[in-house]
Amino acid sequence: MMKREDCFKALTRHVKDEIVVATYSSAVEWNDLGPRVLNYFSMGAMGLASSHALGLALANPNRRIIVLDGDGSLLMNLGSLVTIGAARPKNLVHFVSNNGCYEANGGHPIPNPKVDFSGLARSAGYAHTYDFSELASFEQQVGHVIAQQGPVFATLFVERSRPLTYDYPALYAADKRRALKAELQKG
Amino acid sequence: MSAETAEQAKVELHGANILAAIKQSGVEFVLSVPDIVTSAGLLRPIANDKALRLIRVCKEDECIGIASGLHYSDKRALILIQYTGFLDSLNAIRAVAVEYKQPICMMVGLLGHEPERLPTQSGRYGVRIIEPICEAMGIPHHLISQDSDVAKIKPAIDKAYADSFPVALLIGRRPLAS
Repeated sequence: MMKREDCFKALTRHVKDEIVVATYSSAVEWNDLGPRVLNYFSMGAMGLASSHALGLALANPNRRIIVLDGDGSLLMNLGSLVTIGAARPKNLVHFVSNNGCYEANGGHPIPNPKVDFSGLARSAGYAHTYDFSELASFEQQVGHVIAQQGPVFATLFVERSRPLTYDYPALYAADKRRALKAELQKG
Repeated sequence: MSAETAEQAKVELHGANILAAIKQSGVEFVLSVPDIVTSAGLLRPIANDKALRLIRVCKEDECIGIASGLHYSDKRALILIQYTGFLDSLNAIRAVAVEYKQPICMMVGLLGHEPERLPTQSGRYGVRIIEPICEAMGIPHHLISQDSDVAKIKPAIDKAYADSFPVALLIGRRPLAS
């Protein structure tokens, strides 16, 4: 079992000009690692991170899109796995942090913590799927994972996080959206 | 046949006209769950049109996220769904489209609507509440029930992108396939 923040620290070493779409607890921990104009914090409607990412991937075929999803969030939008599997964006990498609970909403368990997200993604049509439960293995392979031709899916088996501060007004501030749009319009 | 009935019988809505207006609006992507109102007259021609990319989704609220992602790079999208899917997507529309002021353009089939009536006077509860919901949410809406209404489509989509705000185009009659 890993800590999500350790996984994200490992990921930062490989992220350059990718757009990172993150939701809820993942967004908080990713944001804590430092500001990036190419961060996209999936807003307002829980579960839509993968759909936002698909739109970004279709609009930016020459730029890689990395989704940092949560297990509870993805369960609200499982159909998006099939949609993405059919659209087959080569530039989309989809991570789900599986801690078995709705961490941002009191830590209650998801309906079935044993759900095989990578198996679902594989059968939905993702080109490559991975499971990681050991940090050393993830650190060794993460660069390869995000370089694969997508859509790529990886489940990160993680512990519940340390208590997080959810500053949603700051996370979802309109100036962040304007800055991202301006950056993408540079081409 | 009375003169009034004969006049009503001439009222038609052609899918080809709607499709032309969609393309004139600069739309590149159509995001859709099939709707029997627009299935034959609109969705099938869109699926066969190489100038548009059709993304078939599993559930209508996915469309809201996808359209949002596309707009960051100024790619125009049209969401083609049934009013039941619109109702199912209201939280995503509330958050992503309205609160975050994004140009989410929705074309919504009013299944069961009687074209000779206004939607607010429909015998169908689900149809009757669509325009009031749009108004409660501040979403501009336009009824497309006959060919003369098709001229509303391009200005409505252009305005949505100019204002960065959603719009709902309500299809009140089954578009003809040819």
